[in-house]
Amino acid sequence: MTAPLALAILALALAWPVPIVLARATWTARSPAAALVLWQAIAIAGGLAMIGALLTFGLVPFGDDLVSSGVGFIGWTVGTASLRPVELWNALALGGALLLTVHLLLNLLLTVVRAERQRRRHEQLLLLLSAPIPAGGGARLLDSPAPVAYCLPGALSSVTVVSAGLIALLDEPGMRAVIEHEKAHVRERHDIVLVLFRAWHTSLPWFPIAYRAQREVGLLIELLADDRARRHVDDAVLARAIAEVGAGRAESRDTTQWRDAASIDTVSIRIARLDPAVMPLPRALEGAIVAAAVGLVAVPTLLLLLPAVLSALA
Amino acid sequence: MELMWGTERALSAYDIQAALAGRDDAGRTLAATTVLTVLSRLETKGFVLRERSTRPHHYRAAGSREDHMAELMHEVLGEATDRTAVLERFVGQVSPEEAAMLRRMLDGR
Repeated sequence: MTAPLALAILALALAWPVPIVLARATWTARSPAAALVLWQAIAIAGGLAMIGALLTFGLVPFGDDLVSSGVGFIGWTVGTASLRPVELWNALALGGALLLTVHLLLNLLLTVVRAERQRRRHEQLLLLLSAPIPAGGGARLLDSPAPVAYCLPGALSSVTVVSAGLIALLDEPGMRAVIEHEKAHVRERHDIVLVLFRAWHTSLPWFPIAYRAQREVGLLIELLADDRARRHVDDAVLARAIAEVGAGRAESRDTTQWRDAASIDTVSIRIARLDPAVMPLPRALEGAIVAAAVGLVAVPTLLLLLPAVLSALA
Repeated sequence: MELMWGTERALSAYDIQAALAGRDDAGRTLAATTVLTVLSRLETKGFVLRERSTRPHHYRAAGSREDHMAELMHEVLGEATDRTAVLERFVGQVSPEEAAMLRRMLDGR
């Protein structure tokens, strides 16, 4: 009976206080890679603990650990044996575990399919409306006065797009900063992480933490791409490029349309951390954070499987 | 596609083939079947409309270049929030306060 309880406590901790603390932490801007790993660990461990708690509680009448109770459950459904009386609560928990698993998987599938459909539509429009840049390494030019740069990530090929307005706005090093930033997104497949967190959010729309997590992860991948761009250009060049594009963006758009009050000031955070006084976290501390993330996933896994392993050894 | 955006009139595949023939630097002429294949692909994607009342079929652009550009930029600039999820933009949304801060910062240098 200890495993379901421990898993439930872990699920609650990962659903509420832990993400809040992490979202408020300021060290994440100094080490976006470690923070990103930690967010993913929280999502995986949280889901595992939630489903695991329901599953192990539901299976209590059928055996002492996950394997033996699973076997017992199958025996019970085919009608060979009923080991202990099955309570209503156990049945509800089992049903909940099943529903939650199916719900999460279906939403993931739906989010991926929807994103792919949007991506393809955008790509078709883009190919008609933009022209390849000569010697631009596969980048395309969009003939629009708005200063924009983005990439459209795809499973097989990704497209990086810059607008005529952006080229007019930035100088040569600034352009290089933008291109390196976008290339980092493409190379490190940031779109996969984004899609996973978006699926988590669409699965649990009433759950404020999922929205928070999606926003934080969105910011972290920008910081990560900035870090890659810093390997190629000066910090000051990158900061200036971000500021110029940001200011240009605001001018090209009717500001009365601004509605997303919950949005975080991504641009300020990105510029502030390019200040020479901001140092990345020490290597050892980064390592400790990654180790903690691995531990976080290991705990629910062990809680689920260890009793079965121990009884098999005994 | 540029050709069809440039005219109000519906064009047949042969008109398009003839018009394109003069453009290629190497002076090659596209086969009529190639033009038809491209047209039917554009039709399934919803970029051109086919008029079946005439023989041969005539095609016209489904929307102007500006229409398509507006749709694309709508997504790129993040005004259609539900549809911009697939893009990874260099700079996303900027709030008015933040924009003012950036202006001051740039002017200060």
